[in-house]
Amino acid sequence: MAKFRGAVVVDAEKCKGCDLCVVACPAGVLSLAKEVNGKGYHYSEMARPEACTGCANCGLVCPDAVITVYRKNIQ
Amino acid sequence: MTVETIDIIREENLVYRKTPALTDNVMHYCPGCSHGVVHKLVAEVIEETGIREQTIGVSPVGCSVLAYNYLDIDWAEAAHGRAPAVATGISRLHPEKYVFTYQGDGDLASIGTAEVMHACNRGENIVIIFVNNAIYGMTGGQMAPTTLVGQVTSTTPYGRDVKLNGFPMKITELLAQLDGTGFVTRQAVHTPLAIRKAKNAIRKAFENTKKDKGTSFIEIVGTCSSGWKMTPVDANRWMVENMFPKYPLGDIKDI
Amino acid sequence: MAEIKLMKGNEVIAEAAIRCGCDGYFGYPITPQSEVMETLMAREPWKETGMVVLQAESEIAAINMVYGAAACGKRAMTSSSSPGISLKQEGLTYLAGAELPCLVVDVVRGGPGLGTIQPAQSDYFQATRGGGHGDYHLLVLAPASVQEMNDFVSLGFDLAFKYRNPVMILADGVIGQMMEKVQLADYSPRWTDDDIERISGKWALTGKKGRDRHVATSLELDSYKQEIFNHKLQAKYRLMQENDARHEELHCEDAEYIFVAYGSSARICQKSIQLCREQGIKAGLFRPVTLYPFPRVPLRALSRRVKGFMAVEMSAGQMVEDVRLTVDANVPVEHFGRYGGVIPTPDEIVEALKKQIISAS
Repeated sequence: MAKFRGAVVVDAEKCKGCDLCVVACPAGVLSLAKEVNGKGYHYSEMARPEACTGCANCGLVCPDAVITVYRKNIQ
Repeated sequence: MTVETIDIIREENLVYRKTPALTDNVMHYCPGCSHGVVHKLVAEVIEETGIREQTIGVSPVGCSVLAYNYLDIDWAEAAHGRAPAVATGISRLHPEKYVFTYQGDGDLASIGTAEVMHACNRGENIVIIFVNNAIYGMTGGQMAPTTLVGQVTSTTPYGRDVKLNGFPMKITELLAQLDGTGFVTRQAVHTPLAIRKAKNAIRKAFENTKKDKGTSFIEIVGTCSSGWKMTPVDANRWMVENMFPKYPLGDIKDI
Repeated sequence: MAEIKLMKGNEVIAEAAIRCGCDGYFGYPITPQSEVMETLMAREPWKETGMVVLQAESEIAAINMVYGAAACGKRAMTSSSSPGISLKQEGLTYLAGAELPCLVVDVVRGGPGLGTIQPAQSDYFQATRGGGHGDYHLLVLAPASVQEMNDFVSLGFDLAFKYRNPVMILADGVIGQMMEKVQLADYSPRWTDDDIERISGKWALTGKKGRDRHVATSLELDSYKQEIFNHKLQAKYRLMQENDARHEELHCEDAEYIFVAYGSSARICQKSIQLCREQGIKAGLFRPVTLYPFPRVPLRALSRRVKGFMAVEMSAGQMVEDVRLTVDANVPVEHFGRYGGVIPTPDEIVEALKKQIISAS
């Protein structure tokens, strides 16, 4: 069975910190940053990148289309 | 670990990113607003089916009035509630084009009831995207025709009272009764699964235009976390618990 | 080869629309102009020129269908009568705000409210002052014959596209219902996609292809940008005044007293002039053909050499305000009107001139 590793890139300046991607992530990869962006939002970031499988659920639910997802077969 | 992540972020590994049919403008919507997801799905369908050059959108009055800033296609911005009439004018003069309206519950189910009823009854060959979040978002959270019984809004501060305000309007079911509608469905965008289903419905609606199958009507039950005064995550939960029993998801008509 | 027919004013509107290459008519029945859509439906122009004709569910829907069609760079029109035109005001202000060209025919009846189905000219203010909300104007043409009902359809579309502005033909029940001999225009083809690209390629919704997206909208959230847009509209209206204010003069060369009247009132005044001259009163007629822009320059010029103006309208006095705003203050301007659907007689107009101006001076 193939094993995937993923990576999520959030456009932090455009993220509004709505938290929907954090909740949608089945692997608990994302969380809202302690820091804020230029608009004062706690933007989403990968807190546990090693757990990401690149399922893209975060990208799907993101209302602002600020998430890009990559996925690599590592086997 | 970091090295590995950098190693993954390569073009050949890309699985999801903003569709080019969306502009780079930052959407004015509140954090977590369903409109963003619905915009994205419409844009993705338009891009993936290769109809961007043949599609004309009609935006409403309401929160999504500025939809034309976000989807990179030609647009007409309609007067409040009149989008289906504007779309009729466009579609009749451009029968080969894909024409859709994008409307909220106040626009479509209140002030624009006549226009949507008759566009659907004529079976205009258009797609209608109806985002129902049971509230007037743009004007500050007033009661909508779809506001639930007991729901608190700025004009129903003690909850919607049927004696005073009547009942929540299930306009999608009403429109399904009309012979002009070919495809009527109710979807949501609160989970990845729901989003995939909603996108399939939107794709089907645009395909119906090509097949000249009459009006395709897609209701998206959505949230308004600002109007509902909840976090986006809580709003999704509240929607599942309170909106879905009144506005159940699924296809209502498909011919 | 000119085709001459005996037709009703309303029927001619329909015939002229088909012949001038109109792309779409969207209407809703209302007396006294229902013959426009009836004629179109009987003619079935979609079989002939491809012109779309649709009976909408309301006047509001009809004008918004026009908005959609106009946004595509098509030549779109609607027609109605006073109560229906009130309903169309929302659409008209959006059309003006989005700078979309279209043609609206108003066959005026008496009001207010449901009023009467008889002819009137009581909607001059509504037509010339904008009618809906916001600082805008329609370009308003006032036909005085069935022939002009024909001619102004094509002219109206030309002016609408020249200025990217809605144009109104302000007729009344007399002109709409009356039968006259009319020389019909030859057929002009509807615009092709290439024509639309050439004429309206900078703004028309034709599908975003190899260019930035086009948006037909009247929304501007930035007040300063909105003000700039308002300046632009005002500049456009000044251009209309300079280049397209139209009028006709009859027996004005030696006239001491001038009737100012448009549409069917102007026709009646022609008889009044004859009666006046039989009695030794040198009367003439100044007929505004465009009510907006009002032909100020020629009327002001006349005012320097006459003894008085009598504005004759089938209203309680609306156009007379434009006459007063135009002429020298020391020249008397009086108003004579019959309204509520009543049409003035040539005799009572002459009597009014004698009593209100000649005897009073």
